[in-house]
Amino acid sequence: MNIPKLPLGDWIETLEDWLTGNFEPLFDFIRAVIGTMVDAIETVLLSVPAIVLIILFSILAYWIGKWRIALFAFIGLMLIDNLGLWEPSMQSLSLVLTASILSVVAGVPIGIMCARSNSVQNIFTPVLDFMQTMPAFVYLLPAVSFFSLGVVPGVIASIIFAIPPTIRLTNLGIRQVPSDLVEAADAFGSTPMQKLVKLQLPLALPTIMAGINQTIMLSLSMVVISSMIGAQGVGALVYRAVTQAKTGIGFEAGIAIVIMAILLDRLTQSAFKKK
Amino acid sequence: MSIIEVRQLTKIFGQEPNRAEQLLREGWSKEKIYKETKLTVGVNKANFSIQQGEIFVIMGLSGSGKSTLVRLLNRLIEPSSGQVLFNGKDIVQMSPNELRQLRRKNIGMVFQKFALFPHRTVLGNVEYGLEVQDIDKKNRQELAQNALKLVGLEGWESSRPDQLSGGMQQRVGLARGLANDPDILLMDEAFSALDPLIRKDMQQELLLLQARMKKTIVFITHDLDEALRIGDRIALMKDGSIVQIGTPEEILIQPADKYVERFVEDVDLSKVLTAAHVMLQPETITPERGPRVALQLMRDNGVSSLYVTDKEKKLLGVVTADDAPWLLDKTKLSKKSCKSMSRG
Repeated sequence: MNIPKLPLGDWIETLEDWLTGNFEPLFDFIRAVIGTMVDAIETVLLSVPAIVLIILFSILAYWIGKWRIALFAFIGLMLIDNLGLWEPSMQSLSLVLTASILSVVAGVPIGIMCARSNSVQNIFTPVLDFMQTMPAFVYLLPAVSFFSLGVVPGVIASIIFAIPPTIRLTNLGIRQVPSDLVEAADAFGSTPMQKLVKLQLPLALPTIMAGINQTIMLSLSMVVISSMIGAQGVGALVYRAVTQAKTGIGFEAGIAIVIMAILLDRLTQSAFKKK
Repeated sequence: MSIIEVRQLTKIFGQEPNRAEQLLREGWSKEKIYKETKLTVGVNKANFSIQQGEIFVIMGLSGSGKSTLVRLLNRLIEPSSGQVLFNGKDIVQMSPNELRQLRRKNIGMVFQKFALFPHRTVLGNVEYGLEVQDIDKKNRQELAQNALKLVGLEGWESSRPDQLSGGMQQRVGLARGLANDPDILLMDEAFSALDPLIRKDMQQELLLLQARMKKTIVFITHDLDEALRIGDRIALMKDGSIVQIGTPEEILIQPADKYVERFVEDVDLSKVLTAAHVMLQPETITPERGPRVALQLMRDNGVSSLYVTDKEKKLLGVVTADDAPWLLDKTKLSKKSCKSMSRG
């Protein structure tokens, strides 16, 4: 028996066209919001001289972490500046921060909803699996057709790739609150909201924070891929170096990403531990 | 006056509980129903009433449904059928909001494993029931302080629960249950996790508190000794059903069936083994208790006399092992004469 090939690809393209045609105002709005956010963060980061920001970062690192993190922050950021990568690094950082903030803002409430209802969880689990395993290049294309080239589709793609840990670990953290404590909160007449705010979120906080840490790391890992659709930053330098086979420039830009990754990781981790 | 009245209260765990209720009506056993339908009978048509100001003990082995039963009283577990009347109002029919108000104001609870909130201080834990009522901070802290004073934990307000010993943690649990001044306190195996000596102290303190505050207490336990010591009345549970309700004395004199009889005997035997390390402590008994209880306590503790005290621990007198059997004979005699009279 000969079963004809399902025209799955055609359907998806039809859907893409339909969405582009009918939801343009919505996409324009999202594009404006995200674009403004990235620009605002970038403007702030680049408005002060690099050395001032480096010292501020180091003080921040000392305040929430240990002196060793502060020392690493100072030396690492000085190196980035010395290599002439300060501006592209701050551009990438703006992209990462925007994607992370939006992921947390959307991810924590979704995680809470998943924790409250098994059916919501059952709907989201395969969606999250899909988001994490579908190769990022594949959803770059519709992102570009919805939001055109630039940093915005990069942020969107980063969110799709980076939001799952926040959702999953918020869900897990709340579900792991011991049931006898939840029962006690019920027995004293808590509303669902009181239970969430006074018991579940505080106890789930370390787990949620681990999820947010993962989200930040994953969105940082997206900077190179985002540069393929026109996002500026160190990612773009890496991409160019690769296409032009320039090992030296590639490594310099790569090291800048590594320094930012280690800094963001240590800073978020020690900030959460402190709480 | 009864503050709680329970009528035909039933809880079946699992899908489609109606099927099991039908089978129960046909007289199937809990075990057989589980084998046939995979439904678990938690509580089977419980009927009892709890009087204002009494300590009502629900006793049974693990799996007998006692913890389920106590959770049906404040609907932490939804009943499958039946009624729970609190001052005449059916708790089972209450809206979520009415139920919350009831839990906030009328029914407090103390848990077996304390269930203290680890991220809050001792004071923060005791405050919790007041905080959810949006009582302002100053008032609720004052009320929480009073509750802590009541259980003898002044000065520990800012400690974390995990810094306290088990006995102290359960005092915090008790204070939390008492802080909003409920009419009824549900205590689910509240002292079972404590070691024997501390458990005994807590039992005595509970009696003292109850004498002072006149709370109605529903106390769940699997320990006959504990039930005898603190219960005004005891309900014995087996396989989800209440097999006997009565004063401690009634349960010892007239076990309703073989099960209760064995329960009573078993506990005797096992208690002998631990008598050695409680022998040094003088044992007390309240004057309302009958001779059977007195004898039981003497046997349990390996002593031949008991101090008789009121609930405030004021010494009233002494009862010895020689007095009690004499009284016992008398009660038996009068019982016999009652029987013969009724036959005649």
